Amino acid sequence: MKIHEYQAKQIFKKAGILVPEGDVATNIEKAISTSEEIGLPVVIKAQVHVGGRGKAGGVKIAKTPEEVKKFAGEILGMDIKGLTVKKILVGKAIDIQRELYLGVITDRSTNRPVIMVSTEGGVDIEEVAKKTPEKIHRFTVDPAYGLLVHHAMNLAFKLSSDVKEVREIASTLQKLYKTYLDSDASLAEINPYVLSADSNFYAIDAKIVLDDNALFRHPDYEEMRDLTLEEKIEHEAKEKGLSYISMEGNIGCVVNGAGLAMTTMDVIKHFGGKPANFLDVGGSSDPQKVKNALHFLLMDEGVRAIWFNIFGGITRCDDIASGLLEAVGEMEIELPLVVRLTGTNEEEGKRILSESSLDIHFVRNMEEGAKAAIRLSEGGG
Amino acid sequence: MGVLVSNDSRLLVQGITGRDGSFHTHLMREYGTNIVAGVTPGKGGMVIEDVPVFNTVVDAVEKTGANVSVSFVPARFATSAIFEAVDAGIELIVAITEGIPVKDMISVMRFIKDKGARLIGPNCPGIITPGECKVGILPTTVFKKGRVGVVSRSGTLTYEIVSYITEAGFGESTAVGIGGDPVIGTRFVDMLELFKDDDETEAVVLIGEIGGSDEEVAARYIEETDYPLPVFSFVAGRTAPKDKRMGHAGAIISGGSGTASEKIKALEDAGVLVAKLPSDIGKFLKEELGEK
Repeated sequence: MKIHEYQAKQIFKKAGILVPEGDVATNIEKAISTSEEIGLPVVIKAQVHVGGRGKAGGVKIAKTPEEVKKFAGEILGMDIKGLTVKKILVGKAIDIQRELYLGVITDRSTNRPVIMVSTEGGVDIEEVAKKTPEKIHRFTVDPAYGLLVHHAMNLAFKLSSDVKEVREIASTLQKLYKTYLDSDASLAEINPYVLSADSNFYAIDAKIVLDDNALFRHPDYEEMRDLTLEEKIEHEAKEKGLSYISMEGNIGCVVNGAGLAMTTMDVIKHFGGKPANFLDVGGSSDPQKVKNALHFLLMDEGVRAIWFNIFGGITRCDDIASGLLEAVGEMEIELPLVVRLTGTNEEEGKRILSESSLDIHFVRNMEEGAKAAIRLSEGGG
Repeated sequence: MGVLVSNDSRLLVQGITGRDGSFHTHLMREYGTNIVAGVTPGKGGMVIEDVPVFNTVVDAVEKTGANVSVSFVPARFATSAIFEAVDAGIELIVAITEGIPVKDMISVMRFIKDKGARLIGPNCPGIITPGECKVGILPTTVFKKGRVGVVSRSGTLTYEIVSYITEAGFGESTAVGIGGDPVIGTRFVDMLELFKDDDETEAVVLIGEIGGSDEEVAARYIEETDYPLPVFSFVAGRTAPKDKRMGHAGAIISGGSGTASEKIKALEDAGVLVAKLPSDIGKFLKEELGEK
């Protein structure tokens, strides 16, 4: 789960990491009152789940009350990469002396947390990694012992030679690592970590990505969930045991298994068609799930044909068939249906469907299925 | 003899009294797997599918000599089940469970490294050595005893591709689903190593997907070791959007890395034939290994 910068800053602040004073606002009045409380100049930042806010004009420094009003008004409601800005963070502007990068990430290749630091703060760290990889210093943490003081100090000495600064950076690294652990994050990042003109270190920007599998341990994070309309639908589907992601195309797909569902989209594209969605009904064979799947699929008005691509293992083809039959009866689906059933109870599933009055285009395999779905989505018979 | 499990495997089922545990115990036994024990705390003394149930793994190992475990234990208790199995001396643990927090898996992997055990999964369909035994939930009908080693990050896509391997007249020596999570116990490279030393495997099919860099790491390994067996591959998610978790927790293109095209390029550069369609795998095998 992604959370906003202001929420990540709240978590960092609790962990003892210094963040600029500030508050979140959803309207101009609140932005003005916050700027009065903390004093000008302030930085006004769009709170949306997307990178490149600065370039899009979503980050502005306001030096006067008029500018606060003007910029808050401009940024609230602004569209950044398709997302509408509904919240802004109004924070005290910090006079920057130096910008660093500090991050903790789960490294999949070693199955361990990795600390990354760089003197190149304030820019996209992936760009730094591509262009000047020597400027990023990494340390793989042994999870049995955690990030020990000397590990943190060794890293901090790569960023500064002033021992007072080094101690401060090392201390922040340990707090950052602890935050990563305590919040079950897959990423915890401060970019930039700034040394101010008055020689204090601040987390100017903050990013935390939470592990969805661990959210049950953090009921308090639930209120941080801020979803776009599209994400709301995905989330709703997930609560019903489905993985659903809407795409631009016109062929609605119902598939069992994530890998097969991705491949279904790939094969449709390969033959020149356009998938309307990724949809994995999972490994169970509950007919209700099939109904739910069709419910989400039909919310998309662009769908012109529906393709069931089922390779039964745990999932039983006859259960999928019964679910489909019930759903079509209840939902009055008039779109052309392509059905591929292979595997567990395949014959029974096919029998159920062929004995019904439904007009179903049966296909023997995935490639035939893709071709039939494409033909039908284009109005062919 | 499979690379991980065989007729000699003495299987323990953790979470045997649950719905999935008992159902799959039945199916695994039907396939011929030698299941010697089950464990569910508090249910010791029961018998499920003719299998004696114990309260603890230590008890089960002591009484039955179990050396492989498969776990259906729900996510919240799944890691403690793995710790328990490793501590009791089980050499191979197959974790079917989906939804385990990554932080817990990091601890598990650290512990496993110390104890020298092997974990397959989590969030995986398990292992099958066709004609001998199956440890997990794979549907047996598509598999046939043969000489192709299969390793995959997916479940049903594995069955799809295996059906083409079998249809083309080749069977499988061992097929392993290593799981769709970011932190997993066994990766492509580990399986490539095992297949390399297996007399019964003469080609490997590697089924990858978007997210992480396991395919790239495998490609580098194939190139650097001048891998002796032909490797064929399919990578799912060519058309997957960025920053969306595609069903599996590990299947996500983040920050522009982990794309299918990068993986396909790395594999092709290492001399691996990468299929555009699942059915190509059958064709590749026929072309490269000759008709069977």
